[in-house]
Amino acid sequence: MNHPPLAWKLYIAAFYIFLFSPLLVVAIFAFNASPFPSPPWKGFTLDWFIGSGSTFGKPGVLVDPIWLDTIANSFKVAVPVALLAVMIGTVNAWVLERAEFPGKTFLSMMMLWPLVIPGVVLGISILAFFSRVANGLEDWLQTDLDFLRPGLPLVVLGQLSFILTISTLIIAARLRKFDRSLEEAAFDLGASRARVLRTVTLPFLSPALIGAGLVSLLMSFENFNTTLMLVGSEPPLPITMYGQMREGATPAINAVSLLLMLGVGGIVSVFALTSKAER
Amino acid sequence: MSKKPAQSLTLFLLLAPAILWLGLLIVLPHVEILVLSFSERVAPRVYAFGFGNYLEFFTEPLYWRTFARTATMSIIVTALTLVLAFPIALYIARVARGRLKAMLLLLCLLPFWVSELVRTLGWMMLLRETGVISYVLQAIGVTDQRIEFLYNDGAVILGLVYGGLLFMIVPLANALESLEPSVVEAGFDLGGSRWTVLRRIVIPHAMPGIVAGSIIVFMLTVGNFATPVLLGGKNGLWFTEQIYAQFITRFNWPQGAAFGMLLLVLSSAIVWAGLRLTGQSLGTTLKQA
Repeated sequence: MNHPPLAWKLYIAAFYIFLFSPLLVVAIFAFNASPFPSPPWKGFTLDWFIGSGSTFGKPGVLVDPIWLDTIANSFKVAVPVALLAVMIGTVNAWVLERAEFPGKTFLSMMMLWPLVIPGVVLGISILAFFSRVANGLEDWLQTDLDFLRPGLPLVVLGQLSFILTISTLIIAARLRKFDRSLEEAAFDLGASRARVLRTVTLPFLSPALIGAGLVSLLMSFENFNTTLMLVGSEPPLPITMYGQMREGATPAINAVSLLLMLGVGGIVSVFALTSKAER
Repeated sequence: MSKKPAQSLTLFLLLAPAILWLGLLIVLPHVEILVLSFSERVAPRVYAFGFGNYLEFFTEPLYWRTFARTATMSIIVTALTLVLAFPIALYIARVARGRLKAMLLLLCLLPFWVSELVRTLGWMMLLRETGVISYVLQAIGVTDQRIEFLYNDGAVILGLVYGGLLFMIVPLANALESLEPSVVEAGFDLGGSRWTVLRRIVIPHAMPGIVAGSIIVFMLTVGNFATPVLLGGKNGLWFTEQIYAQFITRFNWPQGAAFGMLLLVLSSAIVWAGLRLTGQSLGTTLKQA
């Protein structure tokens, strides 16, 4: 198979064009000086990023409070999700790799389970369960528990339900490669347990911790299915984009998409660098 | 199992986050929608146990037809994705070398790190009546009218196949990677044609990857929401949309919960059947991916 047929090569080329054409179109039309995100090309503009709205009636993404608020909402969800995913994921990885107890196989199977549940079902089940809990507690405590109602805190919980599986797997894979004689050496040299953890184990894990954090951040930022079911009055970015796409949007949505692509590109390169350092 | 109390306390503290996570965010919520799906409203704010929500599903044609449509379309999408991805994965795993190989794989990964909504936006801009493809066709004189490519089954399938490709290519390439070149050569030496070698040696070897990829693509497709709704418009008719409508629009949670359970059963049943048919286990399958 050293000389692949020409048809095969052409197919590969066509495939990569197919793969990138939607992204390219989105990026190019972010700079189109037209009120609609469609051809013809009416000239280059940066108005959809920084315009005040005097030309097209709608301001650019970076000055429009609607877009800025929705991006802020996304961060309000993604940052706690990423931090909790790394912290809880580390403990889970420890349980999977170091602890011995009856039912461990069952627990590790359970941890994989969230990946096979459709995101929409995760969303409605968490919505229904926490509403019941809120109803019960509110009757009992005679106070409002808004954080258990649709809104950003519930979105954080909904996203954590499956992102924790991913962060646990990433960190556990790294912990498995750890040479435990390093820890033993540190103990023999008289270090305390906390000190061994801080100076030997955690530094070894750090590439995986950063990696898991970045992946969690990205997955949270881009999650749509679960978030849609749990969102309240403060929509994160994908929800706002979805609304605009249904109604018919201005090229501002292309601008925000391009910013998102650049952000993702940045995060993925950092991730690629840390995983290179791992090897 | 004679342990010091301190040790079992440590174990308990280590286990606590996992138990809270799986208990509060996975198990109890699913118990909740299971219970909810069997409750019927008998009077305002009064609910009783009953199978009404499931009966409603089978008696209302819109519901079960949408369900059946979602299942069949997802199978079509999975099959198409497999056929389209196989030559790419084979090329990446067997033909491409060194930098080119890393490059091709990275280029595959990149679009999938970008939000599903951005990718769908791209397809909408390409396919719609005022979109790029229609505009180009008109400009080069193929047609003198604008053509609407959006809001039909073809557009939905295209979008879903696009979204599933990566999840097929990676497990396929991983499985093909371990194929010994000497085995393939032996096949040719024994007089096998390209097609025979592909069918008798390469495809059987790739089976774990094929199963893993197909299962993942099927699950993602069945559970998808944005792609069928945005690319199919009113003709999208995806089952997740029905769940959303019952829960959020109509506020009929018991009905929505029943739909959710049905979707979960469909998704799990196909995964289970796929694993059964090919004798694989979920753990190794997820590892492939």
